[in-house]
Amino acid sequence: MLKINNLHASVEDKAILKGINLEVKPGEVHAIMGPNGSGKSTLASVIAGKEEYEVEEGEILLEGENIDELAAEERAHKGIFLSFQYPVEIPGVSVTNFMKTAINETRKAKGLDDMPANEMLKLIREKSDLLEIDKKFLSRSLNEGFSGGEKKRNEIFQMAMLEPKLAILDETDSGLDIDALRIVANGVNKLKSKDNAVIVITHYQRLLDYIVPDFVHVLHNGKIVKSGPKELAHELEEKGYDWIKEEVGA
Amino acid sequence: MDLKDKIVSSYLAFEDHLDDISPLHDIRNEAIKIFEEKGFPTKKEEAWKYTSLNSLLKHNYSLFPKHENAIEYKDIKPYLIHDIDSYKIIFIDGKYSSHLSETTHDGLDVCLMSAALTKPKYRLVIENYFNKVATKDSLSSLNTAFSCEGAYIHIPKNKLVEKPIQIVHFSTGNEAALMLQPRNLIVVGENSHVQIIERHQSLTENPVFTNSVTEVFAAKRAIVDYYKVQNDKETASLIDNTFISQKQESHCSVHTFSFGGKLTRNNLNFFQNGERIDSTLKGVTIIGNKQHVDHNTLVHHIEPNCESHQDYKGIFGDNATGVFNGRVIVNKEAQKTNAFQANNNILVSDKASINTKPQLEIFADDVKCSHGCTIGQLDESAMFYMRSRGIPKKEAKALLMYAFSNNVLSSVKIPEIKQRITKIIANKLGVNIGFDL
Repeated sequence: MLKINNLHASVEDKAILKGINLEVKPGEVHAIMGPNGSGKSTLASVIAGKEEYEVEEGEILLEGENIDELAAEERAHKGIFLSFQYPVEIPGVSVTNFMKTAINETRKAKGLDDMPANEMLKLIREKSDLLEIDKKFLSRSLNEGFSGGEKKRNEIFQMAMLEPKLAILDETDSGLDIDALRIVANGVNKLKSKDNAVIVITHYQRLLDYIVPDFVHVLHNGKIVKSGPKELAHELEEKGYDWIKEEVGA
Repeated sequence: MDLKDKIVSSYLAFEDHLDDISPLHDIRNEAIKIFEEKGFPTKKEEAWKYTSLNSLLKHNYSLFPKHENAIEYKDIKPYLIHDIDSYKIIFIDGKYSSHLSETTHDGLDVCLMSAALTKPKYRLVIENYFNKVATKDSLSSLNTAFSCEGAYIHIPKNKLVEKPIQIVHFSTGNEAALMLQPRNLIVVGENSHVQIIERHQSLTENPVFTNSVTEVFAAKRAIVDYYKVQNDKETASLIDNTFISQKQESHCSVHTFSFGGKLTRNNLNFFQNGERIDSTLKGVTIIGNKQHVDHNTLVHHIEPNCESHQDYKGIFGDNATGVFNGRVIVNKEAQKTNAFQANNNILVSDKASINTKPQLEIFADDVKCSHGCTIGQLDESAMFYMRSRGIPKKEAKALLMYAFSNNVLSSVKIPEIKQRITKIIANKLGVNIGFDL
């Protein structure tokens, strides 16, 4: 589904990603872990198409197609979804209308007509139930005044609405209490299928107890320095990142 | 001959046609003298520092269009709020069009200034109100000198006017260039409520220069909601001089939606002559190309315990220029005044500009006055967030701009106007998304 070959990316001439290789197949869950500043969020943003990041070298292939030249919205139309570490507040746009616009613009890109209003309502009801979201919440301005937990739950609600092929969850666990974490993880797990894939970016192993990865990758200084099965996450939790840094340095 | 000389010399011929004994005779003569003395305002005047009328004054305008142009309802329908039941006072090239209008004398007067100025039964109202709140600046005086047509609305007390009143001035391009001087008088009695929609619309590309004066008098506890829709051709310019005199406990609001025209100057003045008055001034400006919109507001707090709320949003693209000059005066006697003013702007192009200037003159010591102005760009992180959800750049931009102006739109009380404005914004931004936020 996703294949990243020797990806180098920079922002304002500062190299951040220095040769990433990663392959994600349908049905898989990959965890990307690593210390602060290792390039985890940059990798997520580059895949999602943030314009400030310059791809210097390498390629990102989605189902065999190089998406480097595609705008963020075109990547979204092809099924890439990024759950933001810091979801942006947009005063004046309600959650419901934001989702309606996103869904209908995606349909438009695929040559489909707008989703009928009753169908949209049904979908919203179904997905908000999945994330245990209160109806009142949906008419509020997007992310404005939301608690950390509400913002993250809202991200996964959007993911549920858009049903992406590849979901990238950037530090979705940060700012979540244990109940919210369970709800969010449960939502992600219910959306998982053999046809889609998830990349979980996290600092801690905690989320991975709920969303169990098939592979764990350690990102350090813009490179994946170690990959392994889910047990690697436990090892990192126990020992921290220093031993990896030493191993790489050695 | 320059425009000023042409105007002054044509005044004599104009006055000749009128009834000499009219009480307006002296008012007109005084007004033309003021205009003759002061002329058109120039950038040397502080209030006109950022708005130059030079490009408007070079045309050879017809001051008195000779023939009437036949206009049918279908030609003007798009410019009316046609999906609601309303009174309509329609002018074509400055002349009243009876077949397009819908007026009334049934319990209230919704009719013509020309009738009010000449018929004896209106004389008392004219004597009491005409030119009583308009200031003696040169452009208002120019209008006063030539005033002969416009809307005359008189609502007696305790009357809830259920149908909004639309005042629409069309210009047909019958003249190579046309100058219009509409004059509106709106007198609203105690406890009465009225909603008014005003629009100036050119139907061709021929230059039009409108210098309009509207006087509004709101008696005790009256409610007046005024909506100005400015979405004209880029060859049409408007100077809208509006003067509102409020008595105690009255509520007046003016929403100004400025989306088009070559040059638009809104001189909007509120005078609070009583206690517990509420004045609301709101505006959304979205312009591009070389358009220019100038909001010059004044709220004069004369008595204690009153409020004023100003909220103007502006989005400027291309080479567009904007001005906001918001003046608030709080007299020494006007204790416990609450005056709020906000002016927020987004520049979407490097070449667009806005000059914003709050001007607070506070002589009372127990008041709450706040003002704030911001100038910024569209939030890039919000753009990326929306695009990452599949909303294309143009649509994301439009949605953000709409959201930015949303709290001005949210206080519009007529849903059809809100819908219409929303549609104009969508068209203006070149998107086809149903804003419904």
